[in-house]
Amino acid sequence: LLRSSQPLTGPNRRRCREDEKLLGTILDEGERGFILDTRSAQAAKQARMSGGGTEPKSSYPQWRRLHRALDRGRPLQESFSRLVEACGEPSPSMDRWLARLESSRWLSHVKAALSTACLAAQCLDREDSKVLVHGAEGTDTTLLVTALAQLILDPSCRTLEGFQGLLEREWIQAGHPFHLRCARSAASHARGKQEAPLFLLFLDCVWQLSRQFPLSLEFGEQLLLSLFDNAYASAYGTFLCNSERERSLCKVRESTHSLWAWLNQPEEKHKYLNPLYSHNPLVIWPSVEPQSIQLWRGLFLRWIRPSQHLDEAWEEIQRLVEG
Amino acid sequence: VENVRLLDRLSSRRAVVGTLYLTATHVIFVENGSETRKETWVLHSQISSIEKQATTATGCPLLIRCKNFQVIQLVIPQERDCHDVYISLIRLARPVKYEELYCFSFNPKLDKEEREQGWKLVDLNEEYNRMGVPNNYWQISDVNRDYGVCDSYPTEVYVPKSATAHIIVGSSKFRSRRRFPALSYYCKGNNASICRSSQPLSGFSARCLEDEQMLQAIRKANPGSDFIYVVDTRPKLNAMANRAAGKGYENEDNYSNIKFQFIGIENIHVMRNSLQKMLEVCELKSPSMSDFLWGLENSGWLKHIKAIMDAGIFIAKAVAEEGVSVLVHCSDGWDRTAQVCSVASLLLDPYYRTMKGFMVLIEKDWVSFGHKFNHRYGNLDGDPKEISPVIDQFIECVWQLMEQFPCAFEFNERFLINIQHHIYSCQFGNFLCNSQKERRELKIKERTYSLWAHLWKNRADYLNPLYRSDHSQTQGTLHPQIAPCNFLYKFWSGMYNRFEKGLHPRQSVTDYLMAVKEETQQLEEELEVLQERLANLQKSQSSNNKVKSKQQDRSKQFGLYTSNNSLANTPQEYSNDLKSFPSRSPSQGDEDSALILTQDNLKSSDPDLSANSDQESGVEDLSCRSPSGGGCLPSEDSGKDSDEAVFLAG
Repeated sequence: LLRSSQPLTGPNRRRCREDEKLLGTILDEGERGFILDTRSAQAAKQARMSGGGTEPKSSYPQWRRLHRALDRGRPLQESFSRLVEACGEPSPSMDRWLARLESSRWLSHVKAALSTACLAAQCLDREDSKVLVHGAEGTDTTLLVTALAQLILDPSCRTLEGFQGLLEREWIQAGHPFHLRCARSAASHARGKQEAPLFLLFLDCVWQLSRQFPLSLEFGEQLLLSLFDNAYASAYGTFLCNSERERSLCKVRESTHSLWAWLNQPEEKHKYLNPLYSHNPLVIWPSVEPQSIQLWRGLFLRWIRPSQHLDEAWEEIQRLVEG
Repeated sequence: VENVRLLDRLSSRRAVVGTLYLTATHVIFVENGSETRKETWVLHSQISSIEKQATTATGCPLLIRCKNFQVIQLVIPQERDCHDVYISLIRLARPVKYEELYCFSFNPKLDKEEREQGWKLVDLNEEYNRMGVPNNYWQISDVNRDYGVCDSYPTEVYVPKSATAHIIVGSSKFRSRRRFPALSYYCKGNNASICRSSQPLSGFSARCLEDEQMLQAIRKANPGSDFIYVVDTRPKLNAMANRAAGKGYENEDNYSNIKFQFIGIENIHVMRNSLQKMLEVCELKSPSMSDFLWGLENSGWLKHIKAIMDAGIFIAKAVAEEGVSVLVHCSDGWDRTAQVCSVASLLLDPYYRTMKGFMVLIEKDWVSFGHKFNHRYGNLDGDPKEISPVIDQFIECVWQLMEQFPCAFEFNERFLINIQHHIYSCQFGNFLCNSQKERRELKIKERTYSLWAHLWKNRADYLNPLYRSDHSQTQGTLHPQIAPCNFLYKFWSGMYNRFEKGLHPRQSVTDYLMAVKEETQQLEEELEVLQERLANLQKSQSSNNKVKSKQQDRSKQFGLYTSNNSLANTPQEYSNDLKSFPSRSPSQGDEDSALILTQDNLKSSDPDLSANSDQESGVEDLSCRSPSGGGCLPSEDSGKDSDEAVFLAG
């Protein structure tokens, strides 16, 4: 599984021998690979006008290109805001609630993200093909897809430690611009164009996986909520800045504490573990039918609905398993 | 009929070929595959509709929709055969005589006494006694002993002490279908009660002294309050329209000390249509999230569920918090009234949240009080306008509550789904006919078997591992949030997409926890045995001899479960959702079709729909084996299997 940003083909259909050679070396003689472009074919084509574009088949003959349009940026941010609004307002009727849930389109985004990640995973697992994922910048939907695909495919990413490693690798070090994306959360009506809840979308998809495979993730909802909180506001330096370079310039490592160090302390860790976990060596394929994708009430209704009875249930589960 | 294809709804490529059989009671499809020969059994009683679709090149499609929401798509090669099957099924699915129903031929191989015992499992007299009646305020009345007063009521009803036979009879004449106010639930703690009836025949101005006295008697039976609520579960408009037909509702001016309230639950026709619309959504092929949510909203289904729940909450509050008695009615007092009374009872009394208590609740508020099972669920061929998912809605309310209060119910989702299944299956005699009177005339108890006994025997499958009788959620009244809480209601895919295993969580937490519980219990028993043995050894041997005692290592025991994770699950078709993507340029046209994703055969355990087994809830079942019981010190074992070795390793 590879990731990158878009090729700078531009309106004049520029070519780059080095790039073609690099992609060429990845595939064996006669082998075919997939390029999963997270923009619609139209959007990708239009990107040429501003210097970007797609890999032309003639220059990259061994690669087949697939387009799966995933929303990012402003549409995603608006979707998020609308959903939070819908949850916060006591709706007079069930019809209004469902209508508002639908019009936020948040669940559609979850479905699309999971489907795309599954597609990437299928290419790897079922077609035995290498996959290159990119969108435009390679810092948003690209990371969403590669991180989720790994969770689906690789059981070691599903342990607490493995998951932290996945986050470090595929989100933090890969350069997802946390500082820009996680600034004001739902209250920001995309006035700042850079605000967008990609990381939250990722966490939501992880939660969907945990709901469909409750025994296969070593961590529970608490961890996901904690990560969500820390991405926006944190006592730790882990999610600071927009890239490794910025973190180095700001001397983050020297002047802050790591979230992982705190989470992994024994007295903290047990809060985040899933008592139902047992190692599942297989690939976990989620269902992306609408009935299988649910609203992550634990996050979106966190301060709205009383969670007492569900917390009690969780405690009971822990009690049962710990004997 | 041979060479019939059974299509998979989610993937039309996954068709299996087999032979279709029609028997007197079932439709059976047997797969041709040499090793599997998987069978799909459908009871004729379960068939809701059969649709013969246009013949295509591959054959003649036949779509069977079941009352338990299973949808079976068959393709029969010859049009002539298809027509024959169609005509036969139409006849078989619409029995005209009770004797045609499966319960009269079903034979679980029990003797006469066992059958009788099965029927005695749920005893309503016991239940009323448990509630605390008869007492100073309530008495049992046999005025209806020959069904002379009301033929849809039971022979024994509980009425207020001051309600004489004269009052009862007079009131019954003033009530639709003669369903006079009778006790549904009595709250020992504060003497408040829930009574139920049908609408009064008040028209615009009619009055009835005995009926007014009846309501007064109910009020007097609760010295803690000087008024009662009268709750009409219909929308106000409907109730008012009824007045033109000489029926209607209680006028606060005529009935002293009542507070009247409309709750606004729609009628059976609205509910039937609502379910129909929702099932259409479930049948969509590859719906988008929007399609689904729009469809769900359009159906209005969750709105109706919430309305029933809100009504139950209102009544429970009135009884538990205000200590005020409530009289509930709708039109005829056998649909919405039953739903609302049973939801309220469930909220009020933790007994009804136990397995036994739930059976008792259904027996009391649905069976004994004359809910028209035959008409509503089509035991026999009848008026399609009478069909309505009334008890289905109640069962769903229970499920919604279970989702909100996971520790509060002794039983699990599978229990509910099984009950719903058997209400339609007519495999047992509990839900036949329209009233107690009809059931006695048909001698149901002598000629059929009781579902309750069957479920009770298999109760280990239906337990909720999170239930503890000493848990806070199982004490006293449940208080679901009233508002805002539209978002708390979920679509019940376990019921409405029951047979689409791919849709549900792939691992069952319930089964896992039940196995854990069982194992813990076994370990504890084993520990006891070992400790006893240790004590004996220490007593009988000298201190020189070393005694080997093995520590039970709890953390190792779960090594057992990992072996069961190897039930592989297969990816669905992630690439066929073409409509949500913009049209592609020709150069990329073939990209997707090149990705033919091969699908293995799911090695899942499909529900065994044969007559004698229980229906699975469609949840992928990683049932874990517990080690065989009986602890032995390893040194004493001869041939132990590897599992035991793992779990006993110290």
